[in-house]
Amino acid sequence: MNYFNFPLEQWTNSFVNDWLLPELSGFFNQISMILRSFVEGVTNLLVAIPPEAITIVIFLLAWKLSGKGLALFTLIGGLYLGSVGLWPESLQTLAIVIVSTIISVILGVPLGILSATNKVVDQITRPILDFMQTLPIFVYLIPAILLFGLGGVPAVIATFVFATPPAVRFTSLGIKQVPEEVVEASRAFGSTRKQLLLKVQLPLAVPTIMAGINQTIMLALSMAVVASMIGAPGLGAQVLKGISTVNVGLGLTAGLAIVVLAIILDRLTQSIGNKL
Amino acid sequence: MNKIEVNNLTKIFGSHPQQGLKHLKNGKKKGEILEETGMTVGVNRASFSVKPGEIFVIMGLSGSGKSTLIRLVNRLIESTKGEVLIDGEDVTKMDKKQLMETRRKKLGMVFQRFGLLPHRSVLHNVAYGLEIQGVSKEERNEKAMKTIEDVGLTGYENSKPSELSGGMQQRVGLARALTNDTDILLMDEAFSALDPIIRTEMQDELLKMQSKLGKTVLFITHDLDEALKLGERIAIMKDGEIVQIGTAEEILESPANDYVSKFVKDVDRSKVLEASHVMRKPEVLLSYKDGPRMAVRKMEDVGASSIFVVDKEKKFKGLLTIDDAIKAYKEDISMEQFLISDVHTTSPDTPLDDLLGVAADAKYPIVVLEDNHLLGIISRVSILSGLVLGKEKDEEVTT
Repeated sequence: MNYFNFPLEQWTNSFVNDWLLPELSGFFNQISMILRSFVEGVTNLLVAIPPEAITIVIFLLAWKLSGKGLALFTLIGGLYLGSVGLWPESLQTLAIVIVSTIISVILGVPLGILSATNKVVDQITRPILDFMQTLPIFVYLIPAILLFGLGGVPAVIATFVFATPPAVRFTSLGIKQVPEEVVEASRAFGSTRKQLLLKVQLPLAVPTIMAGINQTIMLALSMAVVASMIGAPGLGAQVLKGISTVNVGLGLTAGLAIVVLAIILDRLTQSIGNKL
Repeated sequence: MNKIEVNNLTKIFGSHPQQGLKHLKNGKKKGEILEETGMTVGVNRASFSVKPGEIFVIMGLSGSGKSTLIRLVNRLIESTKGEVLIDGEDVTKMDKKQLMETRRKKLGMVFQRFGLLPHRSVLHNVAYGLEIQGVSKEERNEKAMKTIEDVGLTGYENSKPSELSGGMQQRVGLARALTNDTDILLMDEAFSALDPIIRTEMQDELLKMQSKLGKTVLFITHDLDEALKLGERIAIMKDGEIVQIGTAEEILESPANDYVSKFVKDVDRSKVLEASHVMRKPEVLLSYKDGPRMAVRKMEDVGASSIFVVDKEKKFKGLLTIDDAIKAYKEDISMEQFLISDVHTTSPDTPLDDLLGVAADAKYPIVVLEDNHLLGIISRVSILSGLVLGKEKDEEVTT
């Protein structure tokens, strides 16, 4: 079957090594610096707050937004994270999730709006999003290391790539789902495009957009764990340590911590979406 | 000047609308164009005009292009060719800003599925049109409250649309269109989603409102009864073309083609036909001066048992039966005292619907009067045949 002897591997390597890295390393260093200070800032901020205070705030938030059940779970979850000695690691993972989610939402939601209202943008975005979602996650860990080194920054980049598609897709879907007659009515009364978007389409799309953000957060968490392979600190790194030292106990302890974090993040963001 | 004037308006959906136009020009039909090019002719060279203060109804079955047509009027859909003049200005040639201004100041619209903003209260729905024009909150809420009152929804201003019944939701839709105080109302199947009773109620209110406010209304419907009730003039659409424009009577009595006549076949004629449509001239009339002998002879000639009596100005005086005429002749007394004057009378524009009950228990034919002049008479037979057959055939039966 080898009719063309397609040297994609060599091409990619020479493109990255001979052009991308030398030409744009300054640019990537710049991004790397900004992201590093962002991640470190968030981590330091979280670490600075006493674990008790964070747990109580989350507990109250869960009580108000969802109810007793989730509030109780966050309390037990918080106590677990502290009691197994994984509190700092949980915060490191959380920081990566927060930073990459913020970037995903800032870029993803406007892109979703654009692709809902513009056919050309939609046609261009669609295959790119498919690519981002289906390419095995390990594959873009490699360029992430090459371009941004090891540690939290490439983790954020990889997480961003993996977690952005739902933000774009759900936003676009939410806007397209606004009933045609409602949009027509708004136009018939002389709305500008901006008024249509801000007063009609976005408010009606909010629940769907929130569902998208919820998905983004969940994907970000799973990627933040996998990104431990490229040196991201946090719970993933503990699991990795458990694997490499065949330490079942550590693996389970850290794995359960990830589950706790996931459930709290998921239920909390879902109930925010339901409140809106 | 016409409030709305539509000339040769055409809309072709598809990839090469200009090519479709050529096909239309060459006389190809909607179906042929769809088969050959895959393009759909939405509206095919439609022309009509609406006078200020008129209710103009466009009627057609689904797929006839009526909803497309009304959306071409305020350019929710871009036309392929033709012009739409609102107060003499061509909507199809306006730039974005002019179009927006025209929509805001001149064209209100009411939708079949209401098109209300589900996240806003009734008040904020009704005030929406003014809000996007930048009218101050105080002023727009005040105006909105006024129209909410006009449509009878006071007390519901803080409810969400989903908390209201269909009929009430459409009142909100109507109030929203009225708040902008535009001269023109575009109503797209506005009452089609409502229950029959609510629908009738809304139709009556629309008529009342229109006579009070003098709005120009372009009304779309698939319901012929609704069209006949509301429309001062009606345009009937088929396959994107307007096949006939006329008043309710014109359409019922002289359908332009088979399609229209098939359409009007099932109409409830009693609501549309009026006394003047089914009345006939009495075969004989008795003048006052004629006397009883003449009366008997005239009745004998036509084999009737009674005769209508008029004075020399043809003013209706009463009815004389043959028995009374003979009695007056024999006893040589004036026939004046035998005249029966309490026969049922009616005006020529009374709907047949109102005469059905009267005719059922009337002993004598109903007399149609205008300024006391006898125009014609209506027998029970002519009402029934009018309902069944329409006027033309009715004439064949009685003459």
